[in-house]
Amino acid sequence: MRQVATTKITKAVRDLCLSAAYDLEPDVASAIRAARDREESPLGKEVLEQIINNFEIAGKESLPMCQDTGISVFFVEVGREVMLDGSLEEAINEGVRQGYKEGYLRKSVCHPLKRLNTGDNTPAIIHTTFIEGDKIKIKIAPKGAGSENMSKLKMLKPAEGIEGIKKFVVESIKEAGGNPCPPIVVGVGIGGSFEKSAILSKKALLRPVGSKNEDNDVAALEAELLDKVNALGIGPMGFGGTVTALGVHVEIYPCHIASLPVAINIQCHADRHKEITI
Amino acid sequence: MTEPIKITPPLTDAQVEKLRAGDKVLITGVLYTARDAAHKRLIELIENGKELPFELKGQLIYYVGPTPAKPGQVIGSAGPTTSGRMDAYTVKLLELGLKGTVGKGARSKEVLEAMKKHKAVYMAAVGGAAALIARSIKKAEIIAYEDLGPEAVRRLEVVDFPAIVVNDAFGGDLFAQGVEKYRRAGCIED
Repeated sequence: MRQVATTKITKAVRDLCLSAAYDLEPDVASAIRAARDREESPLGKEVLEQIINNFEIAGKESLPMCQDTGISVFFVEVGREVMLDGSLEEAINEGVRQGYKEGYLRKSVCHPLKRLNTGDNTPAIIHTTFIEGDKIKIKIAPKGAGSENMSKLKMLKPAEGIEGIKKFVVESIKEAGGNPCPPIVVGVGIGGSFEKSAILSKKALLRPVGSKNEDNDVAALEAELLDKVNALGIGPMGFGGTVTALGVHVEIYPCHIASLPVAINIQCHADRHKEITI
Repeated sequence: MTEPIKITPPLTDAQVEKLRAGDKVLITGVLYTARDAAHKRLIELIENGKELPFELKGQLIYYVGPTPAKPGQVIGSAGPTTSGRMDAYTVKLLELGLKGTVGKGARSKEVLEAMKKHKAVYMAAVGGAAALIARSIKKAEIIAYEDLGPEAVRRLEVVDFPAIVVNDAFGGDLFAQGVEKYRRAGCIED
């Protein structure tokens, strides 16, 4: 067994909150630069230029690239041989508390009914799984509401099949229009159960932008969906253009013989994610 | 691309009528900020016949909830939030003389109709370009609802704040025009 102090986790989470808000990951940055180069709409190109200019300023000056520094979502993989000296959840929440205060990030979490702000961006949303080994891998994906609010989940009939899935995805993106701050990344979770499809769609967003699913059939579906979404003409910020999405990532999981759950999690261009292994 | 049009609120009907969907504008002067919670309170004041924390006539509201300012900063990052969430409150404010709103994303039919009726304009700033936009904000002061934190009503003084006219007072709609131009066949089986 390997002893890990929860204070170490707290410190790592604090740092992840800051770097996620300030520094866009290289995969996203290069996807946006490539989008600027191929965008056909002059206005769309200008918008992408502003977006690039913005994330460069944010990185250089350690400023949040977007004022919506999001609700803090974590995927944590804990090695079976790790022994913690306290609560993993509390360690992460303390890291969020410190990070959002010390990094001058916006506290955007509130009571769902009373709408009172919790004041420190906690509680975080934490998904934990166990893996082999003696390490802890923490992935953070702070999520803004503009894109999260455009996300959808539907229980399709198995008879609707792949065509039904395509229709649901393309129509949802069409309906979202400029709201989720395109160019977007689309995470699609197909199968599992109601909640599993939603988690799959969020996990799909953690893949490098534009990466392909290892399953050839799924990769082909991703390519077709990306083409259809871009054919919508929504473009950067919805002003019209050829680049609406930077990537469509699909993840699948076996489901009940009578079900076909499909979840669509939309991610804005400020696609913030970071990870650390302790 | 055409040169941006410079505007300074308060705007008159005639100034609003010069703006058309797709025009780039640079705003210099005062912008008031308000989001969901502040709008709810403003409407409550109106319904109770009470005075608002700022004069609406001719003014522009920017939908933003900035990050806290770091020491030495005027304001933190300050990009637009999704305007549609304020649709339910906007018609009333337009009736009372608000001349424009700045945010991102589409507005409801009701808001677009009210904009035509009361001569107002809806502009978009680039969502997510929050650090860049903050550079055009020279002064920021909370004038109401400090308890709402990022959602408090602020009076901003801006210089060359960049925006694009999405909906004008004549029914022009940049979203519809833009999408029409770049939409390819076969994306949706109609």
